[in-house]
This record gives sequence, structure tokens and C-alpha cells, in this order.
Amino acid sequence: MDAIMLQEKLVERLLCPRVRTARQKEKQYVGFATLPNQVHRKSVKKGFDFTLMVAGESGMGKSTLVNSLFLTDLYKDRKLLNAEERINQTVEIIKHTVDIEEKGVKLKLTIVDTPGFGDACLEDWKPITDYIDQQFEQYFRDESGLNRKNIQDNRVHCCLYFIPPFGHGLRPVDVEFMKALHEKVNIIPLIAKADCLTPNEIKKLKDRIREEIDKFGIKVYQFPECDSDEDEEFKQLDKELKECTPFAVIGSNTVVEARGQRVRGRLYPWGIVEVENQSHCDFVKLRNMLIRSHMHDLKDVTCDVHYENYRAQCIQEMTSKLAQDNRMESPIPILPLSTPDVDTEKLIKMKDEELKRMQEMLNKMQQQMHEKDQ
Amino acid sequence: MASSDVARQPDKGVRPLSLAGHVGFDSLPDQLVNKSICQGFCFNILCIGETGIGKSTLMDTLFNTNFENFESSHFEPQVKLRAQTYDLQESNVRLRLTVVNTVGFGDQMNKQESYQPVVDYIDRQFESYLQEELKIKRSLHNYHDSRVHACLYFISPSGHSLKSLDLVTMKKLDSKVNIIPVIAKADTISKSELHKFKIKIMSELVSNGVQIYQFPLDDETVAKVNTTMNGHLPFAVVGSTEEVCVGNKMVKARQYPWGVVQVENENHCDFVKLREMLICVNMEDLREQTHTRHYELYRRCKLEEMGFKDTDPECKPVSLQQTYEAKRQEFLVELQKREDEMRQMFVQRVKEKEAELKEAERELQSRFEQLKRLHADEKAALEEKKRLLDEDQSSFSKRRAAAQLLQAQSLTANGKKDKDRKNSGFM
Repeated sequence: MDAIMLQEKLVERLLCPRVRTARQKEKQYVGFATLPNQVHRKSVKKGFDFTLMVAGESGMGKSTLVNSLFLTDLYKDRKLLNAEERINQTVEIIKHTVDIEEKGVKLKLTIVDTPGFGDACLEDWKPITDYIDQQFEQYFRDESGLNRKNIQDNRVHCCLYFIPPFGHGLRPVDVEFMKALHEKVNIIPLIAKADCLTPNEIKKLKDRIREEIDKFGIKVYQFPECDSDEDEEFKQLDKELKECTPFAVIGSNTVVEARGQRVRGRLYPWGIVEVENQSHCDFVKLRNMLIRSHMHDLKDVTCDVHYENYRAQCIQEMTSKLAQDNRMESPIPILPLSTPDVDTEKLIKMKDEELKRMQEMLNKMQQQMHEKDQ
Repeated sequence: MASSDVARQPDKGVRPLSLAGHVGFDSLPDQLVNKSICQGFCFNILCIGETGIGKSTLMDTLFNTNFENFESSHFEPQVKLRAQTYDLQESNVRLRLTVVNTVGFGDQMNKQESYQPVVDYIDRQFESYLQEELKIKRSLHNYHDSRVHACLYFISPSGHSLKSLDLVTMKKLDSKVNIIPVIAKADTISKSELHKFKIKIMSELVSNGVQIYQFPLDDETVAKVNTTMNGHLPFAVVGSTEEVCVGNKMVKARQYPWGVVQVENENHCDFVKLREMLICVNMEDLREQTHTRHYELYRRCKLEEMGFKDTDPECKPVSLQQTYEAKRQEFLVELQKREDEMRQMFVQRVKEKEAELKEAERELQSRFEQLKRLHADEKAALEEKKRLLDEDQSSFSKRRAAAQLLQAQSLTANGKKDKDRKNSGFM
């Protein structure tokens, strides 16, 4: 099988995981095997939302890539600053929200842009970390409020970080920025403008970056491990995909004619770079990972890991403050505490149990889906 | 270098003469050329750009050699400069080339002072030349000129505009060195984007008053080609030391899955233009500009700082000798004043110390007296006590003696009484 077919097979596998080979005895029909369908129907009706943050220096091709990923033009009337205006520029946060629909599935997509990053002579990205924390805080308040009907989830689910391809690896600003964010948001590092690197150079740079990420202890988003009972071919594909990170991407706003077809690409005097050609860049891999297979996992990790960390930390701080200053009213309903440590532990335990229960439920549902497929 | 650096102007008192035959001084330029070839040429290039942007590769490609540079790390705490000198030869012309590269430029978190090491380096080279010029016994013709003749500034190909670091740095350097901006790694920009990018860069440079090096237009033989080239600034370059087979030739190129970028193909990038302008046509002009414009500016500022002037307050020209004398006198007077001051201060200090010591002595003395008195008092008190004790003792012993006597008397009296009674009892 050639690369494209393998890729498609992988997508299929990821969407509907492979079932166990052992079959169970036919039981009497109860009916809860339709649960997955019900979930599907309800989710289509409810619609999905996703918040994606893009960060990186100006001119790395962030906007072009977002346009290429979602096949729209989100940045119609953008005004770029001149060099002298950027000398003392601070980082801004700009949100673009669009509603897109495909085959009846609605997606409310929010792109959080960070113009000004890396522009000024003195690096400062506090506005970015503050924004992420603010979204967590907002959700925390909403979740702890009395009326929880229409909670809007504005938490940042994923951050695409664009690493310039012109250097020898990560730069200090890349390391520091990723370290400031790796426990707040899922970071996916990308090598931007990959059409300035030959295949050898790309491999060298990827190895270098992976090494440095390990060396500096940066926790980037890890694709979940595939089940141990998958077949070798699938495991091999999965391994290859993981070794391809960080993805080297190219974006394009223009459509050119190549090999008799109209494709998104960049026209050069020496050739045409096709964005969706797997031998030219990893754009297709990124798109599949980000949108077609792992979008929901990114949301889950944000909810279960990053948000929970934030919440636990927040509660701990609040209860320790309350113990010191008994007059302070807490904005959220928490139990009156004797000693801070015991109670936060209790809360954490409670949340852990809840998580375990949810996990069990999910596992059960997955099993049922397997059975149904069989 | 030619002996007169300024254009010749027709002198009023000199009349032009026409020659009756061939004299032969038209060989003067050839003599000059022969001399320069014997001496050898010297050229210094400074490359400023972010780590990994292709400075070393471009130098290798330009000069068709391998300068053996190693990759620098991104984690340098400060910007440094690394200078290396090479001796190259092409036909019978020898060139002493010094390539200075920045290390760690643009990597720091705080880039506000990144330009300073570069400015310092350029000033140091000017300074050492100035020192040599001002020496009493100098050897300028043997002097290895290390002043920077050309500065290639590597612009990152973002496609939008200059970075703020670029603007700040170039502004600081434009009056010290000939800046030639180049767009590095230009094989990532398509033709239309490149056109817009170049226009944007030039307009930003102009609007911020940055003076980059313009290829000279005063010499008719090269004016035409220089004018065209001026319009292509900044040059978009691609460097490569690897060779790829294209057609039936091996050319310097970069091989991509979608095509081959040929370094020396004018359709692909401006490398050939850069090489021609930098090396083939204008190298000598760059050296001249460095000497007559940038170095003279530095020298003037430096000397004015030191207090030298060309004209004194009455606007009469002052010779260097007079200035030297005046300076020397000033200096000696200053020195004397300082010495006096120091002496004064020394005397003052000594007096103070003496006073302090005397005070301390007096204090000690008074304390000693006080202690002595205390001792005498205590001694007297003790004596008194002793006397009283003795008195007590003696009176006590007297009383004791009296009491004993009394007791003895009473005993004998009682004994006599008893005896008497006994005796009387018997009767």
C-alpha cells in the first residue's frame, strides 16, 4: 500500500477504533447498543466548539496556515505594523470567531491570534498567559455558579507554536515561551515555512528540536498511545507519525495549477510547492491530527488535565487565604474548613473519584461500541 | 589608494597646456596598479544576522572556498563577534580577506543592547587606525587595515517587513560602515511576494532615515550598471556549497522535492548581482568610502572630543602644534592643581588624625584618674571596715574575758557556799 492509502486507513482507524477479535456470545437484545448513535445525534444537534491559539513571530505564516487548514479567509482586512511601530509593541490578543458547518456538523471555531509576539526588542508574553488563565477562571466561576445552563467554554484547547526554520533549533525565546505555557495549554510545535529546507535539513532540524524539547523538559502535546492489540501495520503508522513531529508545514492562500490539477500551493521559478503533497510538507498530517482525529482529545486533555490543575491550584490558594483571613467571603460555595490541607485533599479526592467514574463510563461505552460494530 | 581623494577642481592660477608629443605619463595608472598588485589588497567584511540565517554559507559561496565555520548555539548570553582572516589569490592578485561574523545576534530575550558589541568592534578598528596615524614613528603603508569596509546585513525573509531589531541596529550603524542589506534564504519567498517585500523594506529604511550604501554613479563606465543594481536592492540571496547536476553541468544549488534552486541563476535569486556589485565592480569604492567618509567622521568626532579644533575663537586657523602645546600646558596645570589638592587633603587628614589621637589620650588619662580614685575610696572603706571589725573583736574578747572571770568567781563562791552548807550540815 502506498503512503496515501496508509494515511487514509489510519484516519479511519482513529475514528472508529478496531474491535477485539474475540466475540462474545449473542445475548438477548436489550437496546443500549444504540447509545453511541444517541450520543452522535445529540452531539450533532448541540454542535461543537474549538478554540485554537496561534503563536509565533510575525511573518512565520500563521494566518496563511490557519486559512489553509480551515479553507476560509479569516484575515480579510488585517493591517500589519511597520518596523518602527513594532519596536515597543506589546503582545495583543485578538479573537476571530467563525461558525462553520460540514455534513450537518456545526463547529464554532475561535482562533486566538497573538500579534506583537517576538516583535519588540524586549520579549514579554504575559498577556498570553494572562488570557489563558482568565479563560480558566471564567470557566471556574461559571462551573461553580448556581445557574449552569449555558456555560460558554472559551478555554484554549490547543496552541500551535511556530518555530522559525532559519535557525539551528530552538531559540531561548522558544524554550521560555513553551515552558511558560506547557502546563496551561496543549502545545503543538510546528516548523514554519518549511519550503526553505531540503529534506535532509528538515530531518536534522526535527531531530534537533525533539532533542532540545526533551533536554529542556518541555511538555508538548503527546498523541495518545494506540491500544496494544492493534496490528503491526497500524502501530508502525502511529510510530511514524509520532516521529514526524514537530510537523514541518507550509501554507498558502493561492491556488495554482500543478500536474493538471488546481491545488493550493506556492509558485516559484524553480517549481511548485503543493501544500497537500505529503512529500513536500507535513500539512496533511497536521490537518488529520488536529482536525480529523484528535480535536476531541485536545479538548479532553484541556478539560481533564490543564483545567483541573488550574482549578486545584486555585482552590488551594483560596482555602489557604481563607484560613488566614476568616472574614473573607468566598465567591464560590466551598465547605467551611477546619484545616486547609485536609479539605483541599478531600476536594481533590472527590474530583478524582468523579474522574474515575467518568472514565469507567467512557470505557463501558467504548466496549459497547466495539460490540455493536461486531 | 590614489594620492588625492578629492575630485580635482580647476585651479585659478594654473593654465592648461597642450602637449606637442607623447610624454608618457599616461602610464601612471599602470604603475599604480603594479604597485598595488605587489602590495596585495585587503578587504574586511562584517556579516550581521541571526544565528543560522546563512552568513557563513553565503561567504563560502561568494568566495568559492570553505572557510570552515562551525555552527553556533542559540544560547549565547551576549552578542559576540568572531573575526577570521584568510589569504586568497586569484590570477596574480592577492587578497587578505577578513570576515567578521556576529555570534548570537537576535537570540537574547532582551535585544535592546544587541547592537552595542558591533558598534564597539567597528569603533575599535577605527581607533587603532587613528592611533597608528597619530604615532610619531608610523608605518601606514605596512599597517594591516582592519577597518570594516562593507557590512552585509542579513534580513530574515518574513515577507512582511523589517524586524524592529533590524531597524534599530541599522540606524546605529549607518554612519559607521557601508551597509548592504541582503534578504537571506530567499528561496522561501515567491516572486510576487519578493517584489512587495523589497519595496516595503526600502520604504521603511527611507522613512526612518537609514543611509545604506548606494553604488556610486560618478564614474561613467560603471554608472549605468550601478544605477540598475541600486534599483534591485536589497539583494535576495541563496547560498549553497553543494553541487547538483542540472542539464549536464554541476552547479551550486539546493535540491528540493519540487525543484532545484540554482544559486547562479539570475532568475532564481540575486546572488550573481551581489557578487558582481560587492566584489567585481565596487570593492575599491567601498574601501574608499570607508576611509574618506566613515573613518573621517570618526576621527573628527574623536579629536573634537579630545578638544582639538581647526579654528580658534577668533576664526584664525590653528596649527596642530599650537593645539598640542595648548593642550600640554592645560594638562600640566591640571596636574599641578590636582597635586596641590591632594597635598592639602593629606595635610588636613593628618591634622584630623592627630586631634583624634590627642582626644583619645585625654580620655584615657581621665579614665585612669577616675579608676585610681575609685580604688582609693574602696581601699579606705575597706580599712574602715577592718578597723570596726577589730574593735568589735577586741570588745568581744574583753567581754568574754569578763564573763569568764565572773563565771569563775561565781563558781568558787558557790563551791564555798556548798562547802559551808555541807560543813554546817555535818554539825
